[in-house]
Amino acid sequence: MSQATAFVNIGDLRKGHQALSEVIETPETGGGCGTSGGEGKASCGTSGGPDDMPAEIWEKVKNHPCYSEEAHHHYARMHVAVAPACNIQCNYCNRKYDCSNESRPGVVSQKLTPEQAVKKVLAVASEIPQMTVLGIAGPGDSLANPKKTFDTMRELAEKAPDIKLCLSTNGLALPDQVDEICKYNIDHVTITINMVDPEVGAKIYPWIFWQHKRVTGVEAARILHERQMLGLEMLTARGVLTKINSVLIPGVNDEHLIEVNREVKKRGAFLHNIMPLISEPEHGTWFGLNGQRGPTAQELKAVQDACAGGANLMRHCRQCRADAVGLLGEDRSEEFTLDKIEEMEIVYDLDKRKAYQDKVEVERQAQVEAKRDALAAAAADDGVDPDMKVLVAVATEGHGKVNQHFGHATEFQIFEVSKGEALFVGHRRVDLYCQGGYGEDEALPSVVGAINDCHAVLVAKIGACPRDELKAAGIEPVDEYAHEYIEKAALSWFTGYRERIARGELVHEVRGDASIRQGAYTGAAEEAA
Amino acid sequence: MALKIIASQCTGCSACEPECPNVAISEKGGTFVINPKKCTECEGQFDSPQCVAVCPVEGCIKPA
Repeated sequence: MSQATAFVNIGDLRKGHQALSEVIETPETGGGCGTSGGEGKASCGTSGGPDDMPAEIWEKVKNHPCYSEEAHHHYARMHVAVAPACNIQCNYCNRKYDCSNESRPGVVSQKLTPEQAVKKVLAVASEIPQMTVLGIAGPGDSLANPKKTFDTMRELAEKAPDIKLCLSTNGLALPDQVDEICKYNIDHVTITINMVDPEVGAKIYPWIFWQHKRVTGVEAARILHERQMLGLEMLTARGVLTKINSVLIPGVNDEHLIEVNREVKKRGAFLHNIMPLISEPEHGTWFGLNGQRGPTAQELKAVQDACAGGANLMRHCRQCRADAVGLLGEDRSEEFTLDKIEEMEIVYDLDKRKAYQDKVEVERQAQVEAKRDALAAAAADDGVDPDMKVLVAVATEGHGKVNQHFGHATEFQIFEVSKGEALFVGHRRVDLYCQGGYGEDEALPSVVGAINDCHAVLVAKIGACPRDELKAAGIEPVDEYAHEYIEKAALSWFTGYRERIARGELVHEVRGDASIRQGAYTGAAEEAA
Repeated sequence: MALKIIASQCTGCSACEPECPNVAISEKGGTFVINPKKCTECEGQFDSPQCVAVCPVEGCIKPA
């Protein structure tokens, strides 16, 4: 199957999802972002380094976990829920809860006043020195609540000048607020753009509130589209970095997102983040109640790969909730509830934060060097298909290392490995396998389902029982690279894998599809429940 | 002539509050309420009641 048809025949791929155990034909994925090793430098903002972009842009993204794939291993972000109101309705959102696609569904986050939000940010920043980014992402639309949003930003720009400020919006009010955004030095803005064709938009947005009227249908989508494009152009003209979020809705906008990618790239978008639709019926969204399904892992990757060469793709998004705190994929918000921050003594120590971040930079440099060495070792000609690419799942607790026990993983990072690259392509959430020291047999099939498209899983440690089960499912459990840097570990394993093929010890086979677990990352809150 | 917000339906999102031309809406215990003395149902001011048009929950705001 060629890359061109990989996304067109998306319905066909679904068959693979229904029978995960069967090995189905895997589409030849196109070069993904930055995987075209032969062409030299990666063009992808997410995995790009200082050599790939102008210095002033690198300065803006290097510590931002959402804008730099490399940074997301080391730096943390937090969201404050000061913006509950929204000015549009989306079919993937039930406003009784937070937006289910861009924040945790089913739980309303603790709404904060701007004063409470500032206090919370300072408390978290004092406790977590790697927290470098503050975002306002809802639970409604940040710019439908301009006063609350900008009051918070103004205070923070004064009291915590080293924290990067960013916000997310649906774009409807964006053109009116560009001056304010620039005034508070908000240099990262995320716009959710799911379509550039109002006919498609009408299937996603039942109505917008615009100029004192509720506007519906194609007309509503047309207005929203025009405002989104205008807002994006204005931000680009002012030098604000933009990330475009798109929710992939199978049968509605899957192929269309390739056009969205082209249009936003043309208007200067820095990153494009294509996220899977979350639509469990219990979230009560229109899509959820009407049987609209989300994409499989392979469907998501097919669209992402088809967009390669357009706007740079972000693949490490965790769709975190509007009040998330911590590294991506981690949520420590329970430690910073209003009651708890009331009792904290807050000392905002810029020097301490700087010292910690310097340490992180050293570690990060070591990770980059380890990858470079491993790439050099992997380049040797071994007589095996030089274009072979496989996916590898990794259990990690951060710091860019293979450092998590298989049973403790609530998510796996997925790397696409070839002779020329070890590229982060996504993550998969799973049920915790190990609870109270014992393996949960029921959880294992769901773990296997989530990483079923991988040839190996790299872990710090793994018990005998899941080891056998994984092997039976055709996924090789690997603990030889415990506590090594991820890219180095993945490439070393891959080199060994190729050697075994060269020696005739095993035959390379393609893997099947994997399932994307529904529900945004719920982290600690869910484990406590 | 006035509208009222069904408290059990209200998500407390505050979208209606700034839209009211009569400043009739305020927060009370996490949800919002309409002061019936001030509410005009936007008669003569807008084509339709603003709070109803912006409210994300169908049927949350009804004639009192």
